[in-house]
Amino acid sequence: MIPFEYRPTKNLKEVHASLQEFGPDAKLIAGGTALVIMMKQRLVRPSCLVSLRSVRGLNGIEIKDGGISIGGLATHRAVESSSLVRRRLPVLAETFHHVATIRVRNMATVGGGLAHADPNQDPPPTLIALGATVKATSADGSRVLPLDTFFTDYYETVLNPDEILTELFVPKLAPNTGAAYLKFLPRTADDYATVSAAAVLTLDKNLKIINDVRIALGSVGTTPIRATAAEAVLRGQPVKAEAFAEAGEKAKEAVDPISDFRGSAGYKKEMAAVFVRRALEKALGDIRQQARVRASAKPKARKKVTKKAAKKRSRR
Amino acid sequence: MNKKISFRVNGKKAELEVPTNRLLIDCLRYDLGLTGTKEGCSVGVCGACTVLMDGDMISSCLTLAVMADGHALTTVEGLAKNGELNPVQKSFIQYGGFQCGICTPGQVVAATALLEQNPRPNEEEIKDWMMGNLCRCTGYYKIIESIEKAHQFAK
Repeated sequence: MIPFEYRPTKNLKEVHASLQEFGPDAKLIAGGTALVIMMKQRLVRPSCLVSLRSVRGLNGIEIKDGGISIGGLATHRAVESSSLVRRRLPVLAETFHHVATIRVRNMATVGGGLAHADPNQDPPPTLIALGATVKATSADGSRVLPLDTFFTDYYETVLNPDEILTELFVPKLAPNTGAAYLKFLPRTADDYATVSAAAVLTLDKNLKIINDVRIALGSVGTTPIRATAAEAVLRGQPVKAEAFAEAGEKAKEAVDPISDFRGSAGYKKEMAAVFVRRALEKALGDIRQQARVRASAKPKARKKVTKKAAKKRSRR
Repeated sequence: MNKKISFRVNGKKAELEVPTNRLLIDCLRYDLGLTGTKEGCSVGVCGACTVLMDGDMISSCLTLAVMADGHALTTVEGLAKNGELNPVQKSFIQYGGFQCGICTPGQVVAATALLEQNPRPNEEEIKDWMMGNLCRCTGYYKIIESIEKAHQFAK
């Protein structure tokens, strides 16, 4: 690693000031799990690291407008273990659990991971399918960016060098919505996916018609990819196994994988179709499971208390 | 470029001046002489360099020494108290939880962190937690057994 200045900061004001001082040559560091590797490999050579590690108040996980707001400095481990996330949006906890190992998840932050923009990451497909947005903050103010147009290329996003990813927001899901994230891992459990797919499916109240659907994939292009053509196949259609398979086939058109040791490009394309179908099936299973839970939780009609039984009870 | 930092390591305060590009693992091994922590893959995958920062396990090969400023670290050297090995260490010896030994400091530190949260983990929980600690001798059965039975040595 080439030498650099290390600048700890205590609040966003200090962060903005340091970024202004060093310009685009400065890099923000939070958990450092991705950046330190890139610096070791000399792919990134910042003159200054502006550390966010002591900035307070940006690691909360809370309910906001019925959805979930997650501070940019919350760790992956915090999201995965949050009782709020596990209860309200289990798919998000599962997705963050898939990221690397606990050591990495203890350090890597939500904002840092998204800004890093590696197309092999786990959270982006799920977050895109959930319709998540991020807040980018600079000295001039904040803007809210939808995540499905946030990633522009390998390790590139729409963020400006002076912007910090301060918040991730996942909106409230519509009723009768199921979500799933599947990671195809033919090698080891801590590996990047060969293909990953997320689906968020919303049915009508009779659970017969697909009101809405969002599908996103990871590891099959230069960015996480939203498969809008595959979604269009399903929207407004009745729930049918063939339709899910057809959507999977359509998703192949959206992906552009490269051949590597995790599989050939052709294989990954085929697997993209398979995993989109399976993610849709799992999301549907999720909806049906929720419906079963709701049905069993309904209070049963109370037995009428006969006079005799009432007498008996009062004697006890 | 150098920076003054201070942190606690195994309960003792350490104050030193390090180059900003010093990795935590090198700081521990070469500046502080704590060579129990090993470097394997250097990219955060193998787990040989596992240490605890404020009780959470991290890869010391992916952490800059300056990032540990103000924190409390535990390395394998800090697990034994008053010359007595901790339950995980005793169990690794009793049940043969190591072969060549290079991954062992990381395994023991990671397992200690697990038992801190979950004193009686089952096999699935152990596998999930220990997934990021690789044993190139593939001695996993004995490692899992050692962790599963470590509670026997707890007081």
